[in-house]
Amino acid sequence: MKIKVIVTLKEGVLDPQGKAIQQTLNGMNFSDVKEVRQGKYFDIEVDTKDEKKAKTKVEEMCKHLLANLVIEDYKIL
Amino acid sequence: MKSSVIIFPGSNCDRDMDVALKKFGFKNQMVWHNDAEIPKSDLIVLPGGFSYGDYLRCGSIAAKSKIIKSVVEFANTGGLVLGICNGFQILTETGLLTGILQQNKYQKFICKNVHVKINDKENKYFKNIKKEILSLHIAHNEGNYFCSENELKFLKDNNLIAVTYCSKNGNESEEYNPNGTLKNIAGIFNKDKNILGMMPHPERMIDKYLSSNDGSFFFENLFENLK
Repeated sequence: MKIKVIVTLKEGVLDPQGKAIQQTLNGMNFSDVKEVRQGKYFDIEVDTKDEKKAKTKVEEMCKHLLANLVIEDYKIL
Repeated sequence: MKSSVIIFPGSNCDRDMDVALKKFGFKNQMVWHNDAEIPKSDLIVLPGGFSYGDYLRCGSIAAKSKIIKSVVEFANTGGLVLGICNGFQILTETGLLTGILQQNKYQKFICKNVHVKINDKENKYFKNIKKEILSLHIAHNEGNYFCSENELKFLKDNNLIAVTYCSKNGNESEEYNPNGTLKNIAGIFNKDKNILGMMPHPERMIDKYLSSNDGSFFFENLFENLK
């Protein structure tokens, strides 16, 4: 089954790419864009039909590779 | 003295490091990332470059490579591990060093000569070094060091902030912070100071014909301290 994961920077952590995107959007006349935060999205195909098991595995993957918990949070969808 | 330089796919400062170590007396050997064991060494170096294309986060894939288990074991038993640039990033991703190197504040790849101040000499790397301020080279996109307030306090309280960016006279004001790094941090130690990670490249400054010879002080001194 497929598990989706989103990794985002924690609140307060500097996001230079998000800032550049925001400034570009403002320059494109989307003047009401106040902030953009960029993140990462993963589609993970796990060879099991047990959703709970798959999500537990993916949680381990998030903690040990997909996210760096010093600056990032993860969300399993 | 024996040293080992680990080569990851995408390492590009491995040979410069090999030349530098040999020039100052080390018997250096190159070790491939997919090997399981490191030959007997007094020093292990993780070189600069773009290991695994810097995919996911800089150093994150290298931190899970086959050879890393041996590096961690070596480090945990007091062995000297030096990480330069991408090597520093790998050390933070393995958890051997605290914090993380984020993208530079102004989104630019920075390639220039800088000055760094040595903040602690009670360690094998800088003990007896003849200069306090070194002129070294940086070349990175992710050199913006970040850690939590508690971790920063721990680094400060234990004198683990190894080197900081400064002017040629040692002024550490924000003006001399090239990449937005916390407290001008250019390099840090682990608690026992056997592991050093730093963004500047001493291996690029080992000859009078290059723009600085200050890397020579670093390697010469390190070799003497290990003898």
